[in-house]
Amino acid sequence: MGVGHIKVGTASSRFAAWIASGFILVAIFLPFVAGRSLLQDLFFIFSMLVLTQWWNLLAGYGGLVSVGQQAFVGIGAYAMFGSVILGNVDPVVSILIAGFAAFVLSVPTAFLAFRLHGAYFAIGTWVIAEVMRLGVAQWKAVGGGTGTSLPRSATRDMWFVDGISVLFDVKTSAARDILAYWLSLFLMVTTIAVIYWFLRTRRGLALFAVRDNSQAAQSVGINDFISKLIVYFMAAFGTGLAGGLIYLQKARISPDSAFSVLDWTAYVIFIVVIGGIGTLEGPIVGVLVFFLLQSLLSDFGSWYLMTLGVIGIAVMLFAPKGLWGLFTERTGMELFPTRRQLVIPEKET
Amino acid sequence: MIWLETLIQGILLGGLYALFAAGLSLVFGIMRLVNLAHGDLIVVGAYMILIIVSILGINPFVATFIAAPGMFALGWLLQRFVLNRTLGDDILPPLLVTFGLSIALQNALLEGFSADSQRINAGALETASIPVGSLSIGIMPLLTFATAILVIFGLNQIIFRTALGRAFRATSDDPITASLMGIRPSSVFAIVTGLAMLVAIIAALYLGMRASFDPSIGPVRLIYAFEAVIIGGLGSLWGTLLGGIIIGVAQTFGAAINPEWQILAGHLAFLAVLLLRPRGLLPRAVD
Amino acid sequence: MSLLSIQSLDAFYGDFQALFAVNVALNHGETVAIIGANGAGKTTLLRSIAGVLKNAHGSISHNGEAIGALSADAVLARGIAMVPEGRKLFSSLTVEENLLIGAYAQRSEPEWTLEKIYDLFPVLAEKRHDASTMLSGGQQQMVAIGRALMSNPDVLLCDEISLGLAPVIVKKIYSEFPKIKSAGASVIVVEQDITQAVTVADTVYCMMEGGVTLSGKPSDLTKDQIHRAYFGVGVDE
Repeated sequence: MGVGHIKVGTASSRFAAWIASGFILVAIFLPFVAGRSLLQDLFFIFSMLVLTQWWNLLAGYGGLVSVGQQAFVGIGAYAMFGSVILGNVDPVVSILIAGFAAFVLSVPTAFLAFRLHGAYFAIGTWVIAEVMRLGVAQWKAVGGGTGTSLPRSATRDMWFVDGISVLFDVKTSAARDILAYWLSLFLMVTTIAVIYWFLRTRRGLALFAVRDNSQAAQSVGINDFISKLIVYFMAAFGTGLAGGLIYLQKARISPDSAFSVLDWTAYVIFIVVIGGIGTLEGPIVGVLVFFLLQSLLSDFGSWYLMTLGVIGIAVMLFAPKGLWGLFTERTGMELFPTRRQLVIPEKET
Repeated sequence: MIWLETLIQGILLGGLYALFAAGLSLVFGIMRLVNLAHGDLIVVGAYMILIIVSILGINPFVATFIAAPGMFALGWLLQRFVLNRTLGDDILPPLLVTFGLSIALQNALLEGFSADSQRINAGALETASIPVGSLSIGIMPLLTFATAILVIFGLNQIIFRTALGRAFRATSDDPITASLMGIRPSSVFAIVTGLAMLVAIIAALYLGMRASFDPSIGPVRLIYAFEAVIIGGLGSLWGTLLGGIIIGVAQTFGAAINPEWQILAGHLAFLAVLLLRPRGLLPRAVD
Repeated sequence: MSLLSIQSLDAFYGDFQALFAVNVALNHGETVAIIGANGAGKTTLLRSIAGVLKNAHGSISHNGEAIGALSADAVLARGIAMVPEGRKLFSSLTVEENLLIGAYAQRSEPEWTLEKIYDLFPVLAEKRHDASTMLSGGQQQMVAIGRALMSNPDVLLCDEISLGLAPVIVKKIYSEFPKIKSAGASVIVVEQDITQAVTVADTVYCMMEGGVTLSGKPSDLTKDQIHRAYFGVGVDE
């Protein structure tokens, strides 16, 4: 007797699981009642959430502070465009190609980037992304430096669009939005589930061990190199998928927008920091705050971005664990518990 | 002969990149601080010079001297009250804070000066050149290169020949032991960033005289500068000059082959050097 | 009035309490030795005095003024210098630069100059332009002591000078202590080497588990008393 057992879940996490299931169910059926602009807003939130979760996994758990994730958004987007325009692949399928293309490209990238550490890694990944942007700008078949649009025929004949159009009795353009919304919902839910699952595997736990105490982890023989590599590849694949999806919805691409460090890395970093880095909940909180700020302030243009920069600085200096960190400090609640607790039963009397 | 000219142009361009990078190299070498706002701070400097020139109607070189104390103070305050709080083993806080600063500065400049391109007028100097054999070399690139050498020489004199420089190096090695010597690391770091901003205002002068600038160009200059610092090697200012020259030469040769390849060639040269020598060409400090 | 007086000093590393109500006094011209096993809190005590760890302001006083909450540079400015454990020379600085940095916050008329340090440890004069990493352990220790002296301290804190050095070198270094004291510094040495500590000290404090377990003049203390205070058990047990 007196032997404890390991427990990961908490009361609030079981509660959260119910809420999450309910949310997913509501979200699936939302297009039946919601208007087009709400779906577009949610598409934006979900796809940003995918990007932020992957960056959070990289930097918050893996210690890999990349400033070059826009490389995988761009490569995914261009792989999607390339396979649609040159290969006549259906756009829905081509999103998968986007993920694979990003993954394939992440292998040589990792070979380079993993020779670098800390700040060098950050700058190195940024330069690699720039190289890809400039390289893609040379690819004339997809518009070179000025970019191109998805051919109308491809988006019109896209899988499921006809069905949705009939089912909801809407125009094909609205049906495309619904399809994109569902895809983004699916991608977002899978992303969070996969990351949550990964963090609870042996490889995932190695990341925690090294993050919390690198020397102690090394002294008991934990090597997190493989874990970090896996994280890097997974993040590339997931970011590539998101890139493909985002540009399927935009239907227009250029190297400068697809490889934008501001849109696909700077915003992502701010979201993660404001929400709370190194937690799964943080990016969710962050993306909601970000969306709110954007809806309220984006009319003010540069004032909006200035505010965003200053908020990022303030959070990093005064609340480095972000809004979610502040919240858990007050309440002790965790929705996605990744820490294991040792539960020792009280002595029988 | 065309290749020789390209080579010389590249080397001289490297001087400009070394000027962008010298302040960054100083800050990075001594504090391991990655200042992602360095490029934007140079742009801020360029606007300061522009304002002084247009209000007082004086020579831009004189205007730079007038702006210099302000830039030093800016750097000192920034380090003392913001960046010192981010230093530590974790590289994320300084990266994020300077990233935030970069975006805030860019948009503040955009608000204040609009997105229009500006230029600091250097008069006849802009187009003057001297013939060397059958080549003709621009005075402005030559002056930039000479300034870069002078700046790096001066910084090295401070670092290796003065008590302040000893304190820089000691604090960089081990801030706690340095504080046992009566050195206050936070003050030393503030002076380092102040000094880096003095270099930045010189870089700003040449940035503004040689080409037009607008609020958004900081990050691109920052990348070139970082490439120069990294391939030069941590903590070596001459290495930074060498790094700048490599980027500059790669860019001019790339452009000579195909104008669209200029930037790409510079980045590829950076990655190639990094692949072969991950710690740079002339590393002084151990990372 | 003691030159340096430590009264009911508690010290913490985060939540972990490392010192419990420690009392130590150092008088003018005296050498105090603090002995104890690894983890007894000796280094923590020195780091507290030197200002690396901040403490309750009143728990440490120097010339009657509270200094417990001062930062390290302010403590040095008052004339309390430390030879840190493991020597901690600046690897980017030459031998001479390491010595010069000790005088960075030079107060008053310098008692110690480069020449005087080189007189004390002549071997350093030959190596003055070498990188500090090129020296032997004993020579590095000489640089660390010289560096601390260059600030002309009236209190010199020496942490584990003998650590990792051959006994003959340790003896040589300690043999220079009378000169250091005659130049005006009172000394606190932390030592694991009991014999060495007892030889140089006017007063010995023995620490165990963060507290002082024994103190007195070396001549008044028996071997068994020290042993108990050091290990928690007597010689015979």
